[in-house]
Amino acid sequence: MFAWLFVAPAERRLLGAARFGGPTPWVIAIMTFSIMLIAASGLALASTAALVARSIESRYALEVPGGAASLAPLVQAVRSTAGVSSVEAVPESDMRQTLERWLGPAAQSAELPVPALINFDAAPGTRLGALQQRARAIAPGARLVAHRDSVGPLLHSLRLLQWVAFGLVVLLSIAASAAVVLAARGALDTHRFTIEVMHGIGATDLQVTHLFQRKILIDALVGSLAGAFAAAIVLLLLASGAALAGELTGGATLGLLDLLVLALLPFALTVLATWVARTAVLRSLRKAL
Amino acid sequence: MDGAWQGGRSSAPASRAVAGRIVATVAEFDSVGLRYGTGAEVLRDLDFRLRTGSFYFLTGPSGAGKTSLLKLLYLAQRPTRGRIKLFGEELSEAEREALPPFRRRIGVVFQDFRLIRHLSAFDNVALPLRVGGASDEEVEGPVREMLAWVGLADRASARPPTLSGGEQQRVAIARAVINRPELLVADEPTGNVDADMANRLMGLFTAMNRLGTTVVVATHDVGLISATPGAQLIRLENGTLVDPTGTLKNPPHPPRSGS
Repeated sequence: MFAWLFVAPAERRLLGAARFGGPTPWVIAIMTFSIMLIAASGLALASTAALVARSIESRYALEVPGGAASLAPLVQAVRSTAGVSSVEAVPESDMRQTLERWLGPAAQSAELPVPALINFDAAPGTRLGALQQRARAIAPGARLVAHRDSVGPLLHSLRLLQWVAFGLVVLLSIAASAAVVLAARGALDTHRFTIEVMHGIGATDLQVTHLFQRKILIDALVGSLAGAFAAAIVLLLLASGAALAGELTGGATLGLLDLLVLALLPFALTVLATWVARTAVLRSLRKAL
Repeated sequence: MDGAWQGGRSSAPASRAVAGRIVATVAEFDSVGLRYGTGAEVLRDLDFRLRTGSFYFLTGPSGAGKTSLLKLLYLAQRPTRGRIKLFGEELSEAEREALPPFRRRIGVVFQDFRLIRHLSAFDNVALPLRVGGASDEEVEGPVREMLAWVGLADRASARPPTLSGGEQQRVAIARAVINRPELLVADEPTGNVDADMANRLMGLFTAMNRLGTTVVVATHDVGLISATPGAQLIRLENGTLVDPTGTLKNPPHPPRSGS
């Protein structure tokens, strides 16, 4: 299967010695570098989105407008509902304190309606409708809000960014493939005479293609490993920066699977480049007799 | 390890038999015409057969179509009309993937040598063997022997640009015959060598012919023709065969066994 990788020196000499002189390894290195950084961002976004989605999946809030007085019976009503756990009351005073960070002293104004909140987790099948009715019986303006509804737009944006990153990875891969096709055609033009002679003495297209395929595989492997190395350094620097930034980066981390995907990317790009080059060379050769 | 070349090992021992029968003609041209692009036909209505094991000279004035006819013979060109059979197989419209095995049965000496400049004389001569799937060990002996035969034993590692025209011609001839081809096609093979070397090269062609190789030599050199008894003439003028009986001006070889 991989016999063509280990060709005899005489066969290697057929295409001459200029292996790393061309731009192909450099182009592939730059593409790999960009692809790995974008892929890492996309995977980190995916990880963050998944973390956020998991944490809010079953989280609800009962908003109680001006409901400081009725907070205790409401908390009791929520706690007594089957399937509810992790009940946490956020009194109006705490809410105003929180808002003070953004609104300043205006957050304490009586003219600013600030609700009290009761956050809780509800297991699937919890009768939330009945809970809302009971809450309204105690505090008529009480309103049940699912966290996923309020954080939904943020999650949507995160997922959109994930797809943008994925799209960029695909586009850059196509661009890298196009560069490889151009390089393969250039190599064919450079060695057209040698190819004609080889065809003339009975070499098959596959025999000719193997020589180019091997050369481009080596160029692509060198380029993608160099690009991956540079990207790894940048990612390590970013990771240490993120650690220093602490909570600002929240759950934006790369898991083991993500790291495995990133580690495989240079090899996937090498395989893609080699396949594209092989196809381009074979197509070009078929135009000759 | 021989890697890429392994797929190309030739089936030479069976090469002269097609479906169990001996092929009496190496090539059959039937109403063959050739034009390049939209231009006028450079070859018209060619009808002839090359008998297995015969020696042919292809003559005619410059521009008569000799090189084009040779290109049809060594499968570098397809006819625009008519049919060509080589080694008993109709190849005018054969799939291009089917052609390499037939090309390996043909040795070609090009007018412009067509040596690969960055390969040594040794590697140039070894190329047909390697394409056929021979290993480095299998290549070594025959190539050294062939280089010695053409008087270039001490130039094995020299690259073509450092060789004289005559030396390049001899490397090209060595490459063409190293594989013991069934059909040897040579375009002005003695154009760049002195009389002595020309005689030696013709001696090589004649020797190969005696071993069963069909030889077609395009040349203007009347001396070569007259010095090769038994050779037959094919004369081209303006893309057509003229004086068809002229192809038998010299008496043919006595029939060979198996041909």
